[in-house]
Amino acid sequence: MKFTWKWLNDHLETDKSLDEIAEILPMLGLEVDNIENKAERLKEFKIAKVIDSKPHPNADRLKVLTVDDASGEIHQVVCGAPNARKGLIGVFASPGMYIPGTGINLKVGEIRGEKSFGMMCSEKELEISDDHDGIIELDEKAVIGKEYVNWAGLDDPVISIGITPNRADCLGVRGVAQDLSAANMGKLKPLKFNQVKSDFESPKNFKISEDVLCKGLVPIIVGRYFRGLNNGQSPQWMRQRLKAIGQRPISALVDITNYIMVDICRPLHAYDGLKIIGNNLEIRFAKDNEKFNALNEKTYELSKSDLVISDDKGVDDLAGIMGGERTGVSKKTTEMFLETAIFDPNTVSRTGRRLNLNSDARHRFERGLDQNLPENIQDYIASFVLDICGGETSYIHSSGSGKIWERVINFDPEFVFNLSGVKISDETISSILIKLGFKLNKKSNIWDVNPPSWRNDIDGAADLVEEVIRIYGYDNIPINSLENDQVIPNPAIEKYQKRNLTLKRLLAGRGMLEAITYSFISEKDAKLFNGGQSDLILINPISSDLNTMRPSLFPNLLTAVSQNFKRGETGISMYEIGPIFKGQNPEDQIDHISGIRAGFNSSREWTKTKRNFDWIDAKADLESVLKACGFNSSKILSKRETPNYYHPGRSAAFFLGKNIIAFFGELHPRITNFYNIKNTVVGFEVFPGNIPLPKKMGAQKKFLKLNPFQSVERDFSFIVDKKISAGEIIRSISSLDKKLIKDVRIFDLYEGEKVPENEKALGVTIIFQPDEMTFSDSELDEFSKKIIQNISSNFNGRLRD
Amino acid sequence: MQDPVKLKNDILNQISKTKSNEVLEKIRISSLGKKGSISLLMKKLGEIDPKERKNVGQVLNQIQKEITYALDKQKEILDALALETKLKEEWVDISLSPRPENLGRIHPLSRTMDEVVAIFSEMGFKVAEGPDIETDYYNFTALNIPLEHPARQEHDTFYFPEDKEGKRKVLRTHTSPVQVRTMEKIKPPIRVIVPGRTYRSDHDATHSPMFHQCEGLVIGPDLNMSHLKGCLIDFCRAFFGVDNLPVRFRPSYFPFTEPSAEVDIGCSRIGNDLKIGGKGDWLEILGSGMVNPRVLENCGIDSKTTQGFAFGMGLERIAMLKYGIPDLRPFFDSDLRWMKHYGFFPFDVTSIHNGLA
Repeated sequence: MKFTWKWLNDHLETDKSLDEIAEILPMLGLEVDNIENKAERLKEFKIAKVIDSKPHPNADRLKVLTVDDASGEIHQVVCGAPNARKGLIGVFASPGMYIPGTGINLKVGEIRGEKSFGMMCSEKELEISDDHDGIIELDEKAVIGKEYVNWAGLDDPVISIGITPNRADCLGVRGVAQDLSAANMGKLKPLKFNQVKSDFESPKNFKISEDVLCKGLVPIIVGRYFRGLNNGQSPQWMRQRLKAIGQRPISALVDITNYIMVDICRPLHAYDGLKIIGNNLEIRFAKDNEKFNALNEKTYELSKSDLVISDDKGVDDLAGIMGGERTGVSKKTTEMFLETAIFDPNTVSRTGRRLNLNSDARHRFERGLDQNLPENIQDYIASFVLDICGGETSYIHSSGSGKIWERVINFDPEFVFNLSGVKISDETISSILIKLGFKLNKKSNIWDVNPPSWRNDIDGAADLVEEVIRIYGYDNIPINSLENDQVIPNPAIEKYQKRNLTLKRLLAGRGMLEAITYSFISEKDAKLFNGGQSDLILINPISSDLNTMRPSLFPNLLTAVSQNFKRGETGISMYEIGPIFKGQNPEDQIDHISGIRAGFNSSREWTKTKRNFDWIDAKADLESVLKACGFNSSKILSKRETPNYYHPGRSAAFFLGKNIIAFFGELHPRITNFYNIKNTVVGFEVFPGNIPLPKKMGAQKKFLKLNPFQSVERDFSFIVDKKISAGEIIRSISSLDKKLIKDVRIFDLYEGEKVPENEKALGVTIIFQPDEMTFSDSELDEFSKKIIQNISSNFNGRLRD
Repeated sequence: MQDPVKLKNDILNQISKTKSNEVLEKIRISSLGKKGSISLLMKKLGEIDPKERKNVGQVLNQIQKEITYALDKQKEILDALALETKLKEEWVDISLSPRPENLGRIHPLSRTMDEVVAIFSEMGFKVAEGPDIETDYYNFTALNIPLEHPARQEHDTFYFPEDKEGKRKVLRTHTSPVQVRTMEKIKPPIRVIVPGRTYRSDHDATHSPMFHQCEGLVIGPDLNMSHLKGCLIDFCRAFFGVDNLPVRFRPSYFPFTEPSAEVDIGCSRIGNDLKIGGKGDWLEILGSGMVNPRVLENCGIDSKTTQGFAFGMGLERIAMLKYGIPDLRPFFDSDLRWMKHYGFFPFDVTSIHNGLA
């Protein structure tokens, strides 16, 4: 909502400065977005007179002017304007000044051998209009040497405020003035207008169809006819105000309707009376697929829930949203039928939303207008029309299902304190409400409060409290810290949330950067990771790249890897902890923990540690996560069962019972190719929802029994088939004697010439832990035999010679 | 008999000139060894006149001690010299860089959420959660935003396809639906905050289609706007680490609160630099208000006896303001350079007792 300072002063009698008003507006709930004062930029432009004009010696179309700006100096100015001549009074800019219309700083120039010390300006150069046909000409009364902006009335700052959806009343300058007057910032001036004489019946009338009337969708509609009009240009002051708030002046009648809309928040619609076919304009529901050519030169297909206004020929107005092309006013209009109506806000909103048709009128209609205004304001409007366009006007004719704004709110003034915490006397409360236009009946402790016709948003006692404290001042509400019963608060987060936080730190500690990425990806990406079902595709995405809820954290991480490689990074390690989506229900949203590594672990450097990330890194990351969750990964069942986006030979799944708790491995080359990544990418996915939280009793840790006997390490080298996994061998050996065998580790892996083809040599270290006394050599030999026997019978393996 | 003192002096002289441990050992053997010169003299003691034997014996013992001492001393000197030489040889170019290690970073948004949770937990709040894919009811209707409400249009909602019953779910446009879910689930008194992902179909320099909010809801006995003010002033000052941070409340409108207040913090600008705190300018950071009686009633709470307040803030915004991150867009771009620069060390654990800033 934009208006000018002088415009506000038309409605508000105040001795406050603009700065003071600008400071109070946000405290009333009217946020000031911007205050622009054109005068600031044009302050230096002076009124000056051309005291002499001679032709330029070297150019036919140029003149050499002598300009007097009353500074005591006379300036030579080279000028090409056709209207430049001796005696002209115009606007002068001297060297060094900034010319807003051209965006340059003026310098002393030399044009075809003649020096030029300044310039005489056009309106375009001052950004007042697009007129560049000649330089500005002022009349004889203009005082040479004075500031041009003052003389031209351009020193009217434009105030731009943000209006919350509840404050439809402040979508008009008068509403803002009303609020300011309630806040003691001035006095609301009565509307001034001439008594308008009418002496003929309108030849056109509104007729409301039965079903529209029954549903109460048109509480009131007023029609008034004007004839003998001259629809020329609107007056300079009106055009200037409209331009100042960003509206383009069109013709007197259009400008008047636009002006009234901003002035008193009263959208109007003007029909060219001679273009209406028949005598009745019917307010009815549109027919399905009925076409409507709107003023914006677009055609809309209507449906039977849209409220329209139609003459004998058909629809030519979308109620409360936009008029039609066919019956609109033009420069030639001499007769006008003017509509001032209240339409059901929800109906207006529904239609506007469905047709995606926005207008200043709709913006106001759907927020709810003052239902008293259509009848009360007719002569104010007519005064503008008759003053500017001449002519005469008809009696007014109103119809409708009846105004429905009046309501009573039971209000206990004590509630002001109860809700706001600020003690305000009953007298102050009632005086604030009265200033805002409320009517009070203080028949008992509980008051009857009638909101004014322009405040459709007020419908409960809490609203009244807001009105009172808004004017009284939020600053005056006391400040009380929240009391907390517990001196030491309980944890704010659940254990699983805490676990996620720990894992974030763990992974970052392992050299991975935390990423947070969009929950939506492209459908293609989603399908690549076995997602992308239709119920997870947005119907109105901002782009097709972001239309599908993600089934995995990998796609975004892979995209990031690809982009970072493109930026010249050589090694990338990152992770995300966040939601994935399997369906629309709350339980289908599941937190995943995923990490990804690609490229080199470091740049080339002298200790020669540089190497490519491989699946072993991903496994290490995963095992660290599982360890932090309280699980020793060597004791977790793993299977080569991974989704198709993993390398089938270099990936595995971890299980707890039937539940998969994680995948890890190298990503399938098909996937890395898709993301244009040339390097191997490894990663892991953990599903924390399937990993139970430790069932610890309180904070106690398990008792630590320190064994006094030294453990014994024995190394074995077995030859086994290549396909036999080390994990199986470790598990098998461990299970031989869980008490005795403390640990089993692979210390060497050899495949090559020295062992038969299809076989490998595995070096295994086994750590024995005696419980009661140190082992004898014969005992150890006995264990060794058992182990060799186990490898032989379970894996068909043997000791390496 | 050889003059033991002369012999001694010869040996001591030899020892002091010795440059290696090996030679030293040879001297030890040739003097004190079984067949060493001193040992031989000791052996010959028996041949001496018993009267002199005691004296000579004492002299020889003394000589033996002196030589042993000299040998040990010389060994120490030689060892020290040898070590010194070895250490000189072990010189390295200490300016070379160590084996590379990578330390990751925590995303600034995670850090911000942690800090917000830490502060509110001191005031007795718990963290609540809700789904990102919401029903129309929780996201709008229950929050007093009926279908035709103009406020709905300001939400730029993402929609999913209609289900068989013609209902369509949305991506939540704010964390406020969790207010309703919480009030349905637990009885007052309630103190929860809800950090989480939110979505609006808006994408430009200052808007991202996904962003994060933190909702707050406080329901309980005798709560009014003074507590709302106190709670949020306490939060703002703790979060930005400015004790006297100016905090301004001004009237605003949210369908689910009444009265509503927008919250600004004071800031000052010196050239292009923005400083949180001080005077001169205001930055809007929070929306808040007393929970609208209709919302309470929608959740089965008697609005005549129970009231409370709610608030919501954009986490990216407060992160940008606190840490001086100039642009919203890179938050979700996963650009390594940005993550390393604006991220936090994992061991810099968020806690009130260690200080947040």
